[in-house]
Amino acid sequence: MFVALRDLRFAKGRFALMGAVVLLITLLVTMLSGLTAGLARENISAITELPADRVVFAASGDSAPSFSDSRVTDTMWREWQRVPGVSTAERLGITMGRVASGERGTGAAVFGVENVRDGEVVLSSGLAEELGGEPGGKHTTVRISGQDFTVSATAGAASYSHAPVAWISIGDWQRTAGQDAVATVITLRTSGDPDLAAADTRLGTVTVDRDDAPAAIGSFSSENGSLQLMRGFLFAISALVIGAFFTVWTIQRRGDVAVLKALGASTGYLLRDALAQAVVVLLLGAGIGGALGAGAGALAGDAVPFVLSAATTAVPVAVMILLGAAGAALAIRKITSVDPLTALGASR
Amino acid sequence: MTLRIDDVVLTYPDGDRTLTALDHVDLDVARGEFTAVVGPSGSGKSSLLAVAAMLLTPDSGRVTVAGHDVSGASPAARTRIRRDHVGVVFQQSNLLSSLTALEQLLVMAHISGASPRAAAVRARELLIAVDLADKEHKRPHQLSGGERQRVNIARALMNRPEVLLVDEPTSALDHERGIRIVSLLAGLTRENGLATVMVTHDLGTLPLVDRVLTMADARLSEDGRKTKADLLAAPMGAGE
Ligand SMILES: Nc1ncnc2c1ncn2[C@@H]1O[C@H](COP(=O)(O)OP(=O)(O)OP(=O)(O)O)[C@@H](O)[C@H]1O
Ligand SMILES: [Mg+2]
Repeated sequence: MFVALRDLRFAKGRFALMGAVVLLITLLVTMLSGLTAGLARENISAITELPADRVVFAASGDSAPSFSDSRVTDTMWREWQRVPGVSTAERLGITMGRVASGERGTGAAVFGVENVRDGEVVLSSGLAEELGGEPGGKHTTVRISGQDFTVSATAGAASYSHAPVAWISIGDWQRTAGQDAVATVITLRTSGDPDLAAADTRLGTVTVDRDDAPAAIGSFSSENGSLQLMRGFLFAISALVIGAFFTVWTIQRRGDVAVLKALGASTGYLLRDALAQAVVVLLLGAGIGGALGAGAGALAGDAVPFVLSAATTAVPVAVMILLGAAGAALAIRKITSVDPLTALGASR
Repeated sequence: MTLRIDDVVLTYPDGDRTLTALDHVDLDVARGEFTAVVGPSGSGKSSLLAVAAMLLTPDSGRVTVAGHDVSGASPAARTRIRRDHVGVVFQQSNLLSSLTALEQLLVMAHISGASPRAAAVRARELLIAVDLADKEHKRPHQLSGGERQRVNIARALMNRPEVLLVDEPTSALDHERGIRIVSLLAGLTRENGLATVMVTHDLGTLPLVDRVLTMADARLSEDGRKTKADLLAAPMGAGE
C-alpha cells in the first residue's frame, strides 16, 4: 500500500467526496434496515413468537394461505390432533377488533387461544400502555366487542398487523367473533418427521413452517417486499457509483501505472495496491455511515419502530464493503491491460 | 558483456504490411561503458531501448541482460529481471505525482520487497549523489525540470542495476542543465560500473560519453564508423 496511501493523502478531496457518498448511502441503508425490521416486528411478532413450529391453514382453492381467509373446522382440528408425530394441535382464532377500557379504546388484534381462562384477557404491553391499565390496578376490566373481560396479565410486546394483541380464550373468541368456524388456524408442535403433506391432502389444509407464516398476513409481503427492494437498489447503486469512481480514477492513473510497471512492479502488486486503496475508502465511509445510522436509530427508537441489532447494522455495512470492493475490483482490473511501453518515449 | 543484443529484428504491424523498426541490430555494452545512440527521428532508437528494457520482445535475435538470456523468458520473469538488474530513466521525468522525492526512490525498494531501513539509507545517499539532499520532501510539482530529471536518475539507480537505459534525458532542459545531467550520468556510470545506453538528440553532450552509435533506417552503425568528432563536425539534422 505504498503508493495507494500516498495517493489517498494527495488526492484527499476526491477520495473524501467518494467516502462521503459511501457514508451517506450506508447511513440510508442502515436506517432502512432498522426500520424494515422494526415495521416487520410490528406486523408479525405475534405470529413468529407463537409457541409452535407449524401453522395449519384451511385450504381455499389455489390461492396462497392467508390469515384473513382461513377458517378451520372442528373436524380438521380433531383429525390433526391424531396425526402421528403431532404432539399438540391447538386452535388459534384471530380477528381485528376494538378493546376499550373506560373512556379509552383502541384497535387491537384479538387472539383466541387455548391457555387463557374464559372471561379473562391477557394484554400485550403495547395494549396495556394504550389503555393505561395494569392488572389489579384501576382498569381491571376491558370491553371487547361488547363483552367484559378481566385483565389477568400483561405479557410481551407482541403485535399483529401493526396492532397490539389481546389474548382471550378460544371459547370466548368463538362467541365474540360470531363465526361458525372453531378457529382461524391450527398451531402444531411436532416431533420427528411427520407426514404433513399427506394429512394436508386428506383434511383440505395447508401447513407451513411458523417462520414462513408471516407471508400469510395480507400487508406483510408487499410492505416488506418493497422495503427490501429499496435496500437492494441502494446496494446496487453504491456498487455502481464506486465502480464508476474507480473506473475514472484508474484511467487517470494509467500513466503512473505504466511507469510503475516499467520500473518492475508486477501486475499483482499494482492490483493489490489499488484494491487496498478502495477498501480503505469503503471501510472508513461504510464504518462511519453504519455507526451514524445505528446512532440515529437508537435516538429515534421511541418515535418509530426501529430494530437495532447486528443484522440491521453490521450486515448492511459488511454488504456495502463487499459490494463496493467488487465494483472497485471490476474497475481496477483495467490495470492489467496498461502497457509499460507507454512510459517510454515522449508520449506522456 | 552486461548488455548484449544479437541480430535483433523488431517489426510493428502497419496496416496490412509491417514496419521494420530494428533491422538485424547488434549491440554490446560493457560495465562502466557510457554509450550514446543518436539518429534521426523515427529511426528506431526508442525501440532499441524498449527491447533492451524487455518491454518489447523482438521478432528474432537474442537479448542478454546481466547474464540472463531473456529471449524466451515469461513476462513475469522479464518484469523481475528489469526490477533487479535494469534502471530506466525516462524522457520526461515520469515521476509519481503523489510521492515526495525521497518516496520516489523508496517505492522501488517496496516493489522489490527490500528492507525499508536499508532503502532509506540508500535513497538518502543517492539524493546526495544527485545533489538533492535538501529537496527530499518536495513533490514533483514543487521541483524544476532539471531537479525532476535528477530524481528520475536516482530512482533508476535505487535497486543497484547493472544496466542503465536512458531515453532523451535532456529534451526538456536547456543546454546548460542538459550538460549537467549527462555529466552526472557519466560519473555514475563509472562509479557504479554501469552499462549505460543513452538515446539523445543533444550533440553537445557527446564529448561526455565513451562511444557514439548511429541509428538510421532501423540499422545501428558499427563501432568506429563514425567518431564523436565526425558527428560534431557534421551535425545531424542537416540531412533529415
Ligand atoms: N507502437 C508502435 N506501433 C507501430 N509503429 C511504431 C510504434 N512505435 C514506433 N513505431 C514506428 O517505429 C519506428 C521507430 O520508432 P522509434 O520510436 O523507435 O523511433 P525513435 O528513433 O525513437 O524516434 P524519436 O527520435 O522521434 O523518438 C517509427 O517509424 C515509428 O513510427
Ligand atoms: Mg524516441
